[in-house]
Amino acid sequence: MKAPLTAEAAAALVPEGSSLMIGGFMGVGSPERLIDAIVARGIQNLTVIANDTAMPGKGIGKLISAGAVSHLIASHIGLNPETQAKMISGEIVCELVPQGTLIERIRAGGVGLGGILTPTGLGTEVEEGKRKITVEGRDYLLETPLKADFALIGAWQADYVGNLCYLLTAHNFNPMMALAGATVIAEPEAIVPVGVIPPDGVKTPGVLVDHLVIRG
Amino acid sequence: MDAKELIARRVAREIRPGMLVNLGIGLPSMVANYVPANSGVFFQAENGVIGLGARPPEGMEDPHLTDAGGGFVTAVPGAASIDSAMSFGLIRGGHLDVTVLGGLQVDEAGRLANWKVPGRMVPGMGGAMDLVTGAARVIVAMQHSAKGVAKIVPECSLPLTSTRRIDLIITELAVIEPTAAGLVLREIAPGVTLDEIHSQTTARLTIADDLREMPLG
Repeated sequence: MKAPLTAEAAAALVPEGSSLMIGGFMGVGSPERLIDAIVARGIQNLTVIANDTAMPGKGIGKLISAGAVSHLIASHIGLNPETQAKMISGEIVCELVPQGTLIERIRAGGVGLGGILTPTGLGTEVEEGKRKITVEGRDYLLETPLKADFALIGAWQADYVGNLCYLLTAHNFNPMMALAGATVIAEPEAIVPVGVIPPDGVKTPGVLVDHLVIRG
Repeated sequence: MDAKELIARRVAREIRPGMLVNLGIGLPSMVANYVPANSGVFFQAENGVIGLGARPPEGMEDPHLTDAGGGFVTAVPGAASIDSAMSFGLIRGGHLDVTVLGGLQVDEAGRLANWKVPGRMVPGMGGAMDLVTGAARVIVAMQHSAKGVAKIVPECSLPLTSTRRIDLIITELAVIEPTAAGLVLREIAPGVTLDEIHSQTTARLTIADDLREMPLG
């Protein structure tokens, strides 16, 4: 059984300068209370790996506004003007990655692969500095795996073993990130008794989850 | 009928029953309004749903169900929720029949630029590069020019989204097909002259032998 933590106690596990994978797509499926607790700590120099930075006042946007992020690896920042401004001014070093490549790099990091070969980005700016590999007559870019010190996961239900399930479009990056973080902290909307989530409904097996965040 | 509605109506005629279709945010998302509800078409949103439905009535929004722009949507009967690896597996793996995207520029080689204006707009490519690389058919739906500046150009000056030749350009003036031999003007919108099209296009256009008026329905 996992001993559930408050959001504050979970946030206190995250040192300044850590790398964080954070689930969510425009804030949907992001662990909001955990993000709030990290912002409240006032730590800086975080590296964030996420699909996007939502918008000011929502999800990862709160970490951006707080000046907590120095490095960002994301696919889309177009709906957060603060992130764009901080990228242009150089306050945040930002690597933009095609979304399908980003999720596969995270998956590669989480499942022990040395990288992935994708045709996405060939002949574009994304190709710069990368190895091109030809397989069966087709060209691909070698994209390297991504890992992080922490994966911060937003889930719907967790049981006390740490098994997680997700709702609708709140899955997004969460299941793969739960594989690629050295320490996995999950913030479910509810913690239910073991057995309530049927085995077939588990999308992230509890063996991957180190800490659960409780309400309050 | 305004320009955007005209474009959306014409794009909708490219969607066939049973297709899996991804619509970009903005103008492309309007296409769903003109595809019959009973056509068996499934719309995918890359954030993780197959079977995207209309915007819900006020008070019926589910915070766990949005489109790729973060707007509230519904799911149709038969919908499936998927994670991002599955979503982009469908896109990159050749399982997506059509994607409809907006564009900043398309050039004579049929290459699209739609994700960056260096120094001015750096939103990131999101899913666009994967969509253009992997979809069976890529349709670019856009206004023909931007405040008088041509968007259909000899060669893209903006960073490319992909080197893949896209399949069709649909604007409020014309339907243009990129081919190995260059851009072919296939249809003209009702009431539009060839001169108007040429004056808003810097790319070389070949006029199709069977040039016709754009059908709208």
